[in-house]
Amino acid sequence: MSLRLTLRQWFRSAWPPFVAVLLFVGTWEAAVRYFHVEAWILPPPSAIAQEASRSAGSLWMHTLSTLRLTLLGFVIGSAVGLIVACALHLVPLLKSALYPLLILSQNVPTIALAPLLMIWFGFGLLPKIIVITLVCFFPVAVSAMDGFAQTDRTMLNYMRMIGANRMQIFRKLEFPHALPSLFSGLRIAATYSVMGAVIAEWIGAQKGIGYYMILQKSAFRTDRIFAAIVIVVALSLLLFLLVTLIEKLAVRGGRRSGEVREGGERR
Amino acid sequence: MNTENEREKERRAAGSGTVGGSGADEAGQKGQTAQRSAAYSGAGAEAPAQERSTYGAGKAETPGRRGQTAPREAGAAHASGRLEQAGGSGAPVKLELTGVHKSFGGRKRPLPVIGGVSLQVREGEFVSLIGPSGSGKSTLFHLIGGLLQPDSGQITLDGRVINGERGHIGYMPQQPALFPWRTIEDNVVLDREVGGSPRREALDEARRWMERAGLGGFERAYPHMLSGGMQQRAAFVRALLSPQELMCLDEPFSALDAFTRSEMQSWLLDIWEETRRSVLFVTHHIEEALLLSDTVYVLSGRPSAVLRRIEVPFPRPRREEIAESAEFLALRRELTGLMKEEQRRARAADSAAGSRR
Repeated sequence: MSLRLTLRQWFRSAWPPFVAVLLFVGTWEAAVRYFHVEAWILPPPSAIAQEASRSAGSLWMHTLSTLRLTLLGFVIGSAVGLIVACALHLVPLLKSALYPLLILSQNVPTIALAPLLMIWFGFGLLPKIIVITLVCFFPVAVSAMDGFAQTDRTMLNYMRMIGANRMQIFRKLEFPHALPSLFSGLRIAATYSVMGAVIAEWIGAQKGIGYYMILQKSAFRTDRIFAAIVIVVALSLLLFLLVTLIEKLAVRGGRRSGEVREGGERR
Repeated sequence: MNTENEREKERRAAGSGTVGGSGADEAGQKGQTAQRSAAYSGAGAEAPAQERSTYGAGKAETPGRRGQTAPREAGAAHASGRLEQAGGSGAPVKLELTGVHKSFGGRKRPLPVIGGVSLQVREGEFVSLIGPSGSGKSTLFHLIGGLLQPDSGQITLDGRVINGERGHIGYMPQQPALFPWRTIEDNVVLDREVGGSPRREALDEARRWMERAGLGGFERAYPHMLSGGMQQRAAFVRALLSPQELMCLDEPFSALDAFTRSEMQSWLLDIWEETRRSVLFVTHHIEEALLLSDTVYVLSGRPSAVLRRIEVPFPRPRREEIAESAEFLALRRELTGLMKEEQRRARAADSAAGSRR
């Protein structure tokens, strides 16, 4: 389990998609040049990179602002999701009452609520955090509840046989057992939270990548919008990796979410 | 009075070669010899000699703990007695099932699974249950473990009714059921943790036993790094460290290959003869039952009841070689015949029930 070994493994699985991205960017560059596409419709990657480095200062400022918002929203949203999941799991009556409603509520497009939230809560931090929370909380809550519900029957039986009480079963068995599942929910929530932040900024903000994109759209600066998109992707990736890293530290005993499914340890 | 009692006890233990047990427990004991009852009256207790046969479903008197000195004495007797003697017919009764019934399914068409099982596990005795597959052995364990309530009948532990109460047994399930996110040593102390005892102390003892179980050096390993046999040994150590005296082992070796299985049997024999815990062991492996047990109960098919109770006569400590003795082979043949017949009968009954539906 040395770090070097995991790095090498990581490298081995990382180079094929890396090459694919390089090929994609190369094709894009060649196609734009060959077909003489207008820069305001589709700028070549090289031009986007040049523009990004020219306006690095302001991009950095907006990125930091979005990152702060995203992290705050992600943490709050995930915490709410986890708390809801625990509460519904531990109180079966609550679950049977609220779980169907929770599923139904996902048919309401959260993004569409954003303008409403702006009206109610103004243009400050609060409505943006609420948007991100609404987006994050569902995948976390559902994956955690799934994880709790899929607790290994033989282990559960064992805990009951030796006389463990409800809280002991939850703390010592169900919660750690659900961690891989919880983390797959957190990974989804991490990428969603970046999206939530950008959309919240589109609707009302004075800074942030979303605000920057709206600004550049009205100026038809396609290259800058592309630069902003790259940053959004990078932010998503960063959060995704962060969650994966935390998972590595938190989930022990050779059962990361991917491996569990392959190994058939849990069906 | 106190010292006199202890001396008396020592004398008895030496004289009869059986576990003395506590004066209190013995007062309610069944089936003692006349000589032993005499010893009790000497110690100031009244112990009506009772025949096993008269002692059945209508259990009239439950032994209560008497006197203030009794609990302490019980502990002393327990510690010294354990090492000397297989829980012979004289040791106090640990677990007792009396006419236990259990059915599943609705009220309209109940499916009786347990149909009046009565059995006893004495302190320090190794008792096996064998029976055809589907004879409700696991259900019986769930009843003893308190996961299920019997429809009728009584389950008593140390003379106290524990119907539907959890947390009175150490348990080793069919699958090792080690928690994959815990290291082996953390897994092994789980019972203690749930029982609320200090972790440090539990870990010290766990490490000692793991060494004895051939798990030395694997304390910090995770279960998936261990072989099936090692995982089962870890699961056994976990049950062994349970604060509860009675251990229930539910077909613990059924998932192992034949070679590992016989290795595990002799390992279990060694460890058990050293610790002398009260064990209830479920298996469908006749030879395994005979090799390990003091008493074997043969269960019938559904709804299961005790077909026969066999006391295994071989002295302790035992070696695997006894499996080649003529007496062993005769017992095995007898049991195999019984089981085959029962399996046939159970299957016939099942298919008859199937065609009725």
